Amino acid sequence: MPSRRRGEPGSGGASAEGERELLTASDLARTVARVAHEIIERTTPDGGSARVVLLGLPTRGTYLARRLAERITEITGAVVPTGTLDPTLYRDDLRMRPTRALAETDLPAAGIDDAVVVLVDDVLFSGRTVAAALDALRDHGRPRAVQLAVLIDRGHRELPIRADYVGKNVPTNRSEDVAVRMTEVDGEDGVSLR
Amino acid sequence: MTESVSTGIGLRHLLSTEGLRREQAEALLDTAAGMEQALTGRAVRKLPTLRGRTVVTLFYENSTRTRVSFEVAGKWMSADTINVSASASSVSKGESLRDTAATLGAAGADCLIVRHPASGAPHRIAAWLDRVGHSHLGRDGHVAVVNAGDGTHEHPTQALLDAATIRARLGRVEDAHVAIVGDILHSRVARSNAHLLATLGARVTLVAPPTLLPIGVGDWPVTVSHDLDAVIGQGPDAVMMLRVQAERMHGGFFPSAREYAIRFGLSQLRADRLPDHAVVLHPGPAVRGMEIASSVADSSRAAIAEQVTAGVHVRMAVLYHLLAGEDVA
Repeated sequence: MPSRRRGEPGSGGASAEGERELLTASDLARTVARVAHEIIERTTPDGGSARVVLLGLPTRGTYLARRLAERITEITGAVVPTGTLDPTLYRDDLRMRPTRALAETDLPAAGIDDAVVVLVDDVLFSGRTVAAALDALRDHGRPRAVQLAVLIDRGHRELPIRADYVGKNVPTNRSEDVAVRMTEVDGEDGVSLR
Repeated sequence: MTESVSTGIGLRHLLSTEGLRREQAEALLDTAAGMEQALTGRAVRKLPTLRGRTVVTLFYENSTRTRVSFEVAGKWMSADTINVSASASSVSKGESLRDTAATLGAAGADCLIVRHPASGAPHRIAAWLDRVGHSHLGRDGHVAVVNAGDGTHEHPTQALLDAATIRARLGRVEDAHVAIVGDILHSRVARSNAHLLATLGARVTLVAPPTLLPIGVGDWPVTVSHDLDAVIGQGPDAVMMLRVQAERMHGGFFPSAREYAIRFGLSQLRADRLPDHAVVLHPGPAVRGMEIASSVADSSRAAIAEQVTAGVHVRMAVLYHLLAGEDVA
């Protein structure tokens, strides 16, 4: 299943059989910090004229976007607006599965017109979620540019989509499951493969 | 009977709120809130979710807000929506309900939104369509039926939008005390609301003269009162005023309109006695000066316009859960 990207929450630790820890909590914090630096470098080429908006894809992408924004503020002092964009209603696989619950959509009040929008997700797999998010974004306005930041790129793309910022590239089998845990929803930070 | 096959929330048709499970009702309200969020502040108010689905409204009774609301809901999700009114169709040539429904199903409708003066008509249509099937048309021939008001029986999407409005205003439905006032006997809105609100954990009091209460109301999950002032004295969180349905009344249900207004109308004086947070609802169309004073209907307490807006989001949620997911067998 292309959208099976993460396992059950709270199943953390490398102890379970067949499970491999990809990132510990401190690895994850360092990775977020590095990606924050990269976003600063890549979005302020002419001395910071661009308005940057970080939009997370629910659920964990939303929390990653907030953490990235916090780090960017720590580093530069600039406040980066964040939001969350639920691409569910734009998915191309709606008819292939039972209806899903909708997640939160909450864009910054200033909108996204003429901003550099960085979409943030936890795991990049088939690329279909990102494609749906791009479609959704188009109905919300016209950004100057759209970039993609992901914590884990696990390969197996089914669409011509690549990330501008990658926390960690992880070769996987299709049958494997990349489980990202974040304190906000899972009680702890970490990434494991099973 | 039409049994539920597993879709996301196990909904094949939406025929009544009686029998709707709490998790289904809450999923519909959550989805409606999600629809509102998805459309807020956008450049383009259009979602691609139901592209290629065909929604037909089949109305045997007049309606403005319900029909428009369903049509807008369908269009905002890119469904093809087609309106059939009984007066302008083969129905006026004597075609039976069953044949009309079968024709619309065979013509490719994925969903029939039905309003009919006879209680139970949408249930019959759902049962017929489930039996016939139209497997040559895809979706395994399943045609979803939504009850948009049948006689004096049910109007489930109205109850859902009322619950959505109460939830938005009060922050919750559970444990809220809701008074439903007026012509309960002829009101499908009251019946649908009584069941849905009880399912969602609210406390419901029906207020009406004895002549405007249906037989069997003792079996509903509600308490009954004939004294509006006493119920207002209990400090309800929400008051839902019903229209007196003169068109369904063939006889003397109360001595005069004036006496009804005095005993069961929501006057400014009565509205002033409500708790500050209490919300006033009316399913519309309202008869000002009869069941609700004009000043109350126009006050910030009244959520009448919010109800209409919530109606679009709730109907989007219903269409989403009936039509967006995988084909159901």
